[in-house]
Amino acid sequence: MTVSAPLVSARGISKSFGGVEVLRNVDLDLMPGEVHALLGENGAGKSTFAKILAGVHRPTRGTISLAGKPVEIPSPIAAQRLGITLIHQEPISFPDLSVAENLVIGQVGAKPLGRVRWAELAKEARRLMGLLNVPIDVTVPMRGLSIADQQMVEIARALASDSRLIIMDEPTAALTPKEVETLFKIVRRLRDEGRTIIFISHRLEEVRAICDRVTIFRDGDKIETATTASLTDADIIRRMIGRPVADYLHRGVSHVGEIALSVRNLTLPGRFENISFDIRKGEIVGLGGLVGAGRTDVARAIFGVAPAVSGTIEIDGKKVTIHEPTDAIGLGIALVSEDRAIAGIFRSLSVETNITAAVPKRIAPRGIIRRAVEKALAKQAVDKLSIRLATVRQPIGELSGGNQQKAILARWLLAEPEILILDEPTRGIDIGVKAEFYDMIGELAAGGRAILLISSELPELLALSDRILVMSEGRLTADIARAEASQEAIMHAAVPRSGRTAGEGAAA
Amino acid sequence: MNSPDMNTIKSPVSAAPTPRVIVREAAAPRPRWQVWLIRPEVVTLVLLVVASIVATRLSPFFADLGFILESSTYYIEFAIVALVLTIVIISGEIDLSPAAQMALSACLFGTAFKAGAPIPVAMGVSLLSGLVMGAFNGVLVTVLRLPSIIVTIGTLILYRGLAQVLAGDKSISGFPGWFVGIDYRMVGIVPVPVLVFIAASILLGLFLGITIYGRQIYQIGTSEIAAIHAGIRVRRIKMGLFIASGLTSSIAGLMVASRLGSVRYDLATGGELTMVLIVMLGGTYIFGGRGSILGTFLAAWLLVIIATGMTVANIAINAQLTVMGLLLIVSIIATNAIYARSQR
Repeated sequence: MTVSAPLVSARGISKSFGGVEVLRNVDLDLMPGEVHALLGENGAGKSTFAKILAGVHRPTRGTISLAGKPVEIPSPIAAQRLGITLIHQEPISFPDLSVAENLVIGQVGAKPLGRVRWAELAKEARRLMGLLNVPIDVTVPMRGLSIADQQMVEIARALASDSRLIIMDEPTAALTPKEVETLFKIVRRLRDEGRTIIFISHRLEEVRAICDRVTIFRDGDKIETATTASLTDADIIRRMIGRPVADYLHRGVSHVGEIALSVRNLTLPGRFENISFDIRKGEIVGLGGLVGAGRTDVARAIFGVAPAVSGTIEIDGKKVTIHEPTDAIGLGIALVSEDRAIAGIFRSLSVETNITAAVPKRIAPRGIIRRAVEKALAKQAVDKLSIRLATVRQPIGELSGGNQQKAILARWLLAEPEILILDEPTRGIDIGVKAEFYDMIGELAAGGRAILLISSELPELLALSDRILVMSEGRLTADIARAEASQEAIMHAAVPRSGRTAGEGAAA
Repeated sequence: MNSPDMNTIKSPVSAAPTPRVIVREAAAPRPRWQVWLIRPEVVTLVLLVVASIVATRLSPFFADLGFILESSTYYIEFAIVALVLTIVIISGEIDLSPAAQMALSACLFGTAFKAGAPIPVAMGVSLLSGLVMGAFNGVLVTVLRLPSIIVTIGTLILYRGLAQVLAGDKSISGFPGWFVGIDYRMVGIVPVPVLVFIAASILLGLFLGITIYGRQIYQIGTSEIAAIHAGIRVRRIKMGLFIASGLTSSIAGLMVASRLGSVRYDLATGGELTMVLIVMLGGTYIFGGRGSILGTFLAAWLLVIIATGMTVANIAINAQLTVMGLLLIVSIIATNAIYARSQR
């Protein structure tokens, strides 16, 4: 932190969406040359605040000054011109254009006759990537790059427009630890050059590693701005959720029974090979690995979304064939998929419709929907999982991410599965709700269900799993007992033995 | 159940310990009257009322319900198919081939009759052909996973072409008297085709509204990927819809054959556009997931009134087309605006 004048001075920023105030009277100064974390649960207002700075949203009230001068930021392009760049969690780019073309989008003015000087373009792109010291071939299409590399390209783009303020919205969500390290090195260098970086993340250890100051949001209010060192993790969490957090430690040795699911030599060429493992009743088996290692593909194969080409699946000792999800559901398997927005919710349909989607027989035994039964089932689920909503007839898209995820879990609990596959069940969910999820997962296992938990968050895997399987490049590389499990052991098995980390990061 | 007290959920104010939570967890529900008002069928209904008033002003014939019902028989076959098309579009697909299916199935009927088959057998052939044509569309879309818009443009040309190969350029007629003139058979003042349309509207409206299949069709249209993950048999349902579309088209084709007393390869030419027009006017969302049979039902009458109104008012056919085109665009803008609003 320096004593110089602030680069950005926001005063009294408020924002409402359709009558709901999501940001109230936020004052915040950002200094040149600092990395500033915005923390808060989902829906606390941190992303909205960042998007206002980046010109995505316009504030309902309040003023923003940039280097002492009041400014209007009506659009992302205006923000870019003012030297403000927002780097999205999942980079938005043109996947079929080359890295170089993506880099200089918006930079290349119309040359006479609309010519594009390809050689110059590539040279400029190489110079920019050189600034970051990242070995990326600028002539390959974006599509082939890992998420980490795509983010590097976005950062390079920010450099190309010589941004003074770079906003990173959960940049590490899809990165491996090693990629995070590279990212941090670059962030530190950008800071040393006097640029300001806003860093939004759910991961406190990262905030500690890189941020000079933090600002904590809760329910649209700014709670506090302080130097990172002056707050303990517990302080931060308490301010974020407004109450002390329950410790979500493992429920102790669980009652493990018979083998519920047994998978042998499952293979889907190009995705995974020779996957064999067992899960017992009451057991939580973690499945770790890097993004793109094929974990999600294995889950999708077992659930019948994209079945394996060879190999066998046995349930309760009987061999079964699963061609489509309907078969899997009939056999008592449920999958809470990784991508809630696309493969989970029906955004514009009511919460009750969403919750009862997987149990048509229960709500319509003879083909005609029984509204009363449906409503009762949905309400029970809402109570049981304490889903926060106004009414079950509300479109699910109006709920927060955590509550949407609860509704999806509720959908599968109604189906009374014996085998539950959870693919990144707590991704993008705030800490308070996460703890509730951990409790629920524990309870489900205690109730005799077999659970396969796919997670990229190592602390989560370690806290919940009885046993941890690790995949790397489509193969199972480890089966670690709870006693021997550690972050190091998992990462050791997860990182491919040769070459750079997974080239097809987006494939997971 | 942890907290059986449902009231805390309904009334946030009474949930003393964490009132803050409610503020951000979900937007307040829309008032009920607003939910009703922003349904796109309401737009259709308003247009229908306005059109009726204007038409009555233009010509005194219009106060006569019998006249309107009689004039409707020209559009009613398309309207019947449009009901099924509504469901197809809600499921996220489209079928542009029904008019061509009407022509081919009617020509098959005519050819079979000319070859000496009794009328019931010829009708059976026609219905069977509708089934086969619909299934062919369905296989291309659900098994080969091709986009339905391209598939059905292809089969629209194919089926129409087959009809021409089969029947040549001449019309086939000479059907027995009992088969001809379905539009002149009345129940009270209601012609039989209109009755068929009303009955089909009620049945399909119930199908879509209260059965689990109707529900799943909305779910598929909202998000096909989510539907697959929820265990809904997406391909089977879509296959069924394409077959239903084919079957309905062949029934509509027979109704045209009866009304005209003859069939020719160019029967119902351009009908696909009328059908799409009706469905869109009824507020069904072109990208799937939203829409209703009620909307399509109202839109069919809107079309009848506008078309006959303009004819009665001696408006030239070109000007009529212009009005229809404008109407379609306006209705799409209205529907989109309404859905964009309710999305927030």
